[in-house]
Amino acid sequence: MNNKIFAVVAFTVAIALAAVTQLVPNEYFFSAAYTVLLFVILATAWNILGGYTGYVNFGSAAFFAIGAYTTVFFYNAFKAPLAVGIVAGTLVAGLAGLGLGYLTLRLRGVFFAIASLALSVVLYIFIVNWDYVGGARGAYVLQPRDVPFGLPRYIHLIYAVQLVMAAFALVVARAIEKSTLGRGLAAIRDDELAAECSGVPTLKLKIFSTMVSCALMGMAGTTFPYYLSYIEPSSAFSLSYAVNSIAMPLIGGMMSWMGPLIGAVLLGSVQQLVQVTVSSAWNLLIVGVLLVLFVTLAPNGIMGWVDVWRRRRER
Amino acid sequence: MAEALLEVRGVTKRFGGFTALDGVDFLVRPGERVGLIGPNGSGKSTLVNCITGTLRNDEGSIRFEGEDICGHAAHRRIRMGLARSFQIPKPFASMSVLDNLRIPLLYAARKHEKLAPGRIVEEAMRILGQVGLAGRPHAMSGGLTQVDMRKLELARAMAAKPKLLISDEAMAGLSASEVDDILALLSGLKEQGVAVIMIEHVMRAVMKFSERIAVLVAGRKIADGDPQVVVGNAEVVRAYLGE
Repeated sequence: MNNKIFAVVAFTVAIALAAVTQLVPNEYFFSAAYTVLLFVILATAWNILGGYTGYVNFGSAAFFAIGAYTTVFFYNAFKAPLAVGIVAGTLVAGLAGLGLGYLTLRLRGVFFAIASLALSVVLYIFIVNWDYVGGARGAYVLQPRDVPFGLPRYIHLIYAVQLVMAAFALVVARAIEKSTLGRGLAAIRDDELAAECSGVPTLKLKIFSTMVSCALMGMAGTTFPYYLSYIEPSSAFSLSYAVNSIAMPLIGGMMSWMGPLIGAVLLGSVQQLVQVTVSSAWNLLIVGVLLVLFVTLAPNGIMGWVDVWRRRRER
Repeated sequence: MAEALLEVRGVTKRFGGFTALDGVDFLVRPGERVGLIGPNGSGKSTLVNCITGTLRNDEGSIRFEGEDICGHAAHRRIRMGLARSFQIPKPFASMSVLDNLRIPLLYAARKHEKLAPGRIVEEAMRILGQVGLAGRPHAMSGGLTQVDMRKLELARAMAAKPKLLISDEAMAGLSASEVDDILALLSGLKEQGVAVIMIEHVMRAVMKFSERIAVLVAGRKIADGDPQVVVGNAEVVRAYLGE
């Protein structure tokens, strides 16, 4: 399937899903589904750098928060509508990713991971002390009273928007994966020196993949201030984003676009269920247990199983 | 005498206080087969790394086809036609043998040789045929035997469509017949007009292969010339066998 057809399919499915699920009577469904979709975008975005290129980014929360706080900034400054926040947040996060890439991608492996984690801490402190976007006490972003497309409540809208954005993230990830660029990234992941000596412009490709990955993470955060109408630093920089955006591709499989999708839907749904039925405190514990299980039993994730099964059948 | 393809002048490389290369001059003409020998730690691999751009030389100049390439990143040098294989095979382990060759074909060969996208697989298969891996293009490269990995290493360097191929100890630890296979392969490149620098400890192979031999000892070039003359050189004998 070529990229255009896949894009058409993905967006059609997203819009159809958004339309059909509007019939769900339970309001809580939208809030839960919004969170799961948020993780689909984060996991897909993380995987572009972490899975395809092999650079572990511990700073997902920072880029998510950049997206969220860009929305807050534009809301405070111009009472800008959601669409402006989405575009601006994606661009700002992309630029931040470009900066991070430029400064740190000469570092390899664990050094890059630590640098990305450090960025998260620095940004957190920056936001806490920036009064204009609410500082430590947080900021209110009021949901508009009029909801377009005849939707009953604003959460219905941002849920639908999140669906379309998730489709967009998947289209981007898949296009990268199937392209010459994607092969170059895979070569970097396998052996960076050999890649460079095969003509792959490794630094350029790494910076590009960091930029795209971070931009999409930022995009995931842009709707977040509207979700609760309120945002404060410790929720925007929550550890859960960093942990989940790594855990979900690991569980789903890091080699293809489908892995993070499966991982995020599975893990995200389980977390939502547990939050309602057991307790919200159990969330990260479940992620931890699942991670340990998968790393020991299925190091290549669910898609790794599928690959093994496919190869057996071909023989 | 043809103009030099590769011209290394006074190249010096230091690691801290240790001088790994000390004012090395080295020339390779188009299509020439040169052996580069020297005891362990004499700077052969460092020289290769400086030529291909994985290390930067501290002093001296390196010209390829007349162009100064000292400031070029490794991938640019590869694209100009300067490919290498690694001493310790570095396959792209998550990819099949065929996909391993796609990388240099897509990223290096296409830059100086028009290659239609549809012909990439065909070309990769042709090269795999030359190295004797055509039977298993879809095998995962991480699971190959050492011998096959060496062959893949060479195939990947060949796929970059180089004008100069540097083979870094492709034959260490191989059996006599396998050495002959790889020798035949490297000799075949001459017909395609590819110059080869062979770094090797297997003297039988180097002597058979090289039109000229250069000897590095402790970062200095102590001999360069006709193979028979070079191995008879008193200084070379002393470096290898001691007084």
